[in-house]
Parts: sequence; structure tokens; C-alpha cells
Amino acid sequence: MVGETGFSDRVVDAILYLILLILGLLCVAPFVHVAAVSLSSHAAVSADRVGLWPVGLHLDNYRFMMGDKLFVNSFGISVLRVVVGVSLGLLVMVITAYPLSRDSIYMPGRTFFKVILLFGMMFSGGLIPYFLALRDLGLLNKFWVLVIPPALNIFYVILIINFFRGIPHELWEAALLDGANHLQVLFRVFIPISKPVLATVTLFSAVQHWNSWFDGVIFLKEASQWPLQSYLYSMVTTRMLQWQTAVSAERAGQAFLEATPEGLATAMILIATIPILLVYPLLQRYFVTGLTLGSIKE
Amino acid sequence: MLYAMLLPALLLLALFHFYPIWGVLIAFKDYSPVKGLLASPWVGLDNFRRFFDSPNALPIIRNTLFIAVGKIIFGQLVAIVFSLMLNEIRVRLFKRAVQTATTLPHFLSWVIIGGIMVQILSTSGPVNRLLGGLGIPPIRFLGKANIFPWTLIFSEVWKEFGFGAVIYLAALTAINPELYEAAAVDGAGRFARLIHITLPGIRPTIILMACLSLGGVLNAGFEQVLVLYNPVVYKTGDIIDTFVFRVGLVGQGGLPDYSLGTAVGLFKSGIGFFLIMLSYWLADKFANYRIF
Repeated sequence: MVGETGFSDRVVDAILYLILLILGLLCVAPFVHVAAVSLSSHAAVSADRVGLWPVGLHLDNYRFMMGDKLFVNSFGISVLRVVVGVSLGLLVMVITAYPLSRDSIYMPGRTFFKVILLFGMMFSGGLIPYFLALRDLGLLNKFWVLVIPPALNIFYVILIINFFRGIPHELWEAALLDGANHLQVLFRVFIPISKPVLATVTLFSAVQHWNSWFDGVIFLKEASQWPLQSYLYSMVTTRMLQWQTAVSAERAGQAFLEATPEGLATAMILIATIPILLVYPLLQRYFVTGLTLGSIKE
Repeated sequence: MLYAMLLPALLLLALFHFYPIWGVLIAFKDYSPVKGLLASPWVGLDNFRRFFDSPNALPIIRNTLFIAVGKIIFGQLVAIVFSLMLNEIRVRLFKRAVQTATTLPHFLSWVIIGGIMVQILSTSGPVNRLLGGLGIPPIRFLGKANIFPWTLIFSEVWKEFGFGAVIYLAALTAINPELYEAAAVDGAGRFARLIHITLPGIRPTIILMACLSLGGVLNAGFEQVLVLYNPVVYKTGDIIDTFVFRVGLVGQGGLPDYSLGTAVGLFKSGIGFFLIMLSYWLADKFANYRIF
């Protein structure tokens, strides 16, 4: 921009930097505090002496969680649902997007199918009929309830359709003339050149699967079937008391002397956050793509 | 072959979207799980009447609207002001660092954020300790009915403003830099440029977001409320979604009342559908936006 050297401009700049710095810190500080609590001693946590730095550093909370079978198990289920859920979803969505991205001349009734999809996206029967439907279909209390119903994300299908429509028509025709069938065209021509949109969809649905907890809580009865976030939900809300008792019982055996209920909750929160942090740099690269792709019009 | 490729999607739609829609019939029946959907007796609009005649109806609808509208207004306001401030920053590393920090909470679930909120907002938590340092007595953010809705609104704003700003920042970078140069040559100061170039530049985006947000005024944040609320704050914090969940699925002091839950849910999704259609129509009319 244009060079400015006026005094008032520099004052404005200083204020802006200060406000933005505070806003940035405001978003990070809670995580730092939570990390500090998870690493602090029983005495320090009970006396509310922990700020942004661990007081009386120890790893008892993490050692306790590593020994918690349900927790370790739920972590595995979360990883499984991300891998299976994302692959299944991606497969269904590209196969759906391909025919819907073709012009009506080649795909009569395209508009009709799109209207059906849109209606499905905008109108739902509500929670109870959904629950009863899954019960009728025999999906309750099965792992598949976490990955099959959300496989078709209509918003992502629209993103992929819009991207496919940007692929040059000649490329499509040439591939068909060469004798390839539609599936071959999709997998050998379209998918290799659709990396940006597929990366966006993959990342966003992976995050979504990792973060989902409500479906686990209501569709799966046994805690041993829950993904990590459902387990965390029960810990953060209802189980706190039971947990405290469990911790004290352990403490009687002098196993985890410094563990605290707050410390265990925060340790778990942190463990559930780390995978997101790991993919975050990638996510940042793609979320603008996700936004702009959504706004492409026909 | 093209049609065959649609089969998986149609099957999923039929099972998980249209089959449940058929299930809303139980809103008009006295549903008993033993008899099943078809054999349960019709009761017309009785379930709806039961809801609207109960003392729950008004507060729940009011809470939903209050919380949702508060989130939209404050959320958009903070996102816009934040993106305008960030746009003034020329040190790219600083800009990036602030953006990285502020968008992170968006990608975490309400279980994680809720767990953190419970930790930092407790009466002896760090927020109240800071306030205590300023001489302010402890505030029960999660345990006082008149404060709880604001806790919901501001924790949502905290979680989402960074990501909400992304769309405005995208619009800001699309403004032609020559406009700024020309304005500077004409002697326009920083504030004048903000008023005459920057704001008109992101006006379409603001209008678009305003139109689209209309579709969400019945969504007060189900997962957030479910994680953070407790019976003490039901009076101001219970929303349509949590009510449906408690009455229709968990069962309040007894068996779940499927029919009542479905009726209230249908009331919400009916109006919600209308609002979404309206918001898309407005977005198309005023902001030239088409989702398909």
C-alpha cells in the first residue's frame, strides 16, 4: 500500500497491533492453561494455583489415561471411523458428483436429481424420526452407524460437482472417444486433476469424523463402542463424580499420586486436540479453497 | 451408466433422509414402540397442542431465538471488525500468526471447547481469578440463569470469529489495490479510504452473510448447549433441540415421549426449511448467490 509516515497513523498502527495481539493470545491462552493443568500437581490444581505454566510438573494424569482401557479403545475407534468414514464418503461422493456434473444433454433429469439432493440437505425429519429410522434399519449399537449415514454429505457433493464442471469438456469427450467408460474416466481422468477439491473434502470430513460425538452417545449404548469424543463428553459432563471416586481409589494404591479429576479431563482434552493440531497446517492451506469453491456459480 | 452411478447416493438418501421424513407421521400419532408406526392411533394435532399449551413452549422458543440471533449479530460484527483490522496489518508474519491462532478453535468440537470452558469459567478458574484481580466478585458463567445465554453467545463468538473472518478477508484481498492508490493521490486519509473503498468493497459479502444467516435463527447450537447446560439454567438455556432430545429420546422422568419430541422437532424443521428457502431466495436476489 501507499507509504504513510504520519504520527497519528503510527499510533493507529500500534493500537491495531496491540488489539490483534490480544485477540490472538485470547484464542491460545485457554489451551495453554488446559495443558498446564494437565501437567500440574494435585496440590497446585486443588489450590487453583495453575496459570499458564505447570506447577509441580508430573505426568500422572497421562499415565492414568494410558492405563484406562476404555480411553485407549475409544482412541482406536476414532481413528478407525476417520479412516473408514472418509474413504467411504469420498468414494460415494465422487461417484455421485460425476454424473451430476454433466450437462443435461448427456444426463437428462440432472436437475431433478439435484433438487432431490438439495431437498435432502435442507429438510430433515428431526432427531427422533432419524433415531427410529436407524433403529428400524438395525444400525443401532453397530460401528457402521458412525460411518454409513454421514457418508453422503450433500454440501461436499456440490463442491465436487462445481469443480468437475470446471474440467474442460474436450478432455471428457476425448477420454470417452478413446473408449473409456464413465468409471474409468472418473478414476483415471477426473480424480487425478481434482486434487484441490478432493484434498479439501478429505481434510474437512476427517476433522468432522474426528470431532463427532453426539452420534456415538445416542446410537451406541456401550461405552466400549464409543469414539474418543463421545467418551470425553461423558467425562466432561456426567461422569465427573464417578471418575473422582475412581481416581481416589487409584490414589489409595499410591499409583497416581498427583492425578486430579481436572487434570485427567484436561489431559484427555489435549490428547483429543493433538490430531487436529497435526493436520492444521494442511487445513489452513485448503480452507480458503473450500470457501471459494462453494461460491462458484454455474 | 451415468444413472447407475447415482444409485449409492439415492440409496443413502432414501434410507437416511426420506425414510426418517416418513417417520414424522408419529408426530400425528400416539406412538407406541410396541404397536409400531402404522398401528399406533392417530391423534391429529394433539401433540402440537400439548407442546404449545405447556409452560415450556414459550421460554424454549424465546431462548432459541435470543441465543441464535445474539450469536449471529455478535459473531458477524466481531468477524467483520477483526478482518478489517487484520487487513490493515502489513507485517505478513504477524498477520499469519494472528490468523493461525484465531481460526484454530473452529476446528475443535464442542466437547473439547466445552471441556475447556468448564475449566476456565469455573468460579475459581482463571477467568474469575483475573476478574478477582480487578476487584470483581466471582461470576457463575455456567450456573446463573441470567448470565448463561451470554456465556453461550460469547463462547461461540470466541470459537468462530476467526474462521468467520476468512470469508471477509477473501473479499478484502479481492479489492483492486489501484483504488487505494488513486484515493491516496487524491489525499484521502486512512479513515476515508476505509469508508469509501474498503467497506463498499465487502458490502456484497456482508449482505450475503446477512441473508444466509436468516436460515440459522432456529439453530442456537445444539451441541454447545448440550455440553454446557445443566438444570439450574434450563430457564434461559434450554433450546428447542435440547428439549426435543431430553423429552423425545432420553425421557424426562420416565419413558421417552417419541410423539411429542417428533412434533416439536417437526415444528422446528418445518419453519427452518421455510427460513432456509427464504434465505437462499434473498441471497440470490440481493447478493447474486446461488448454491447450485
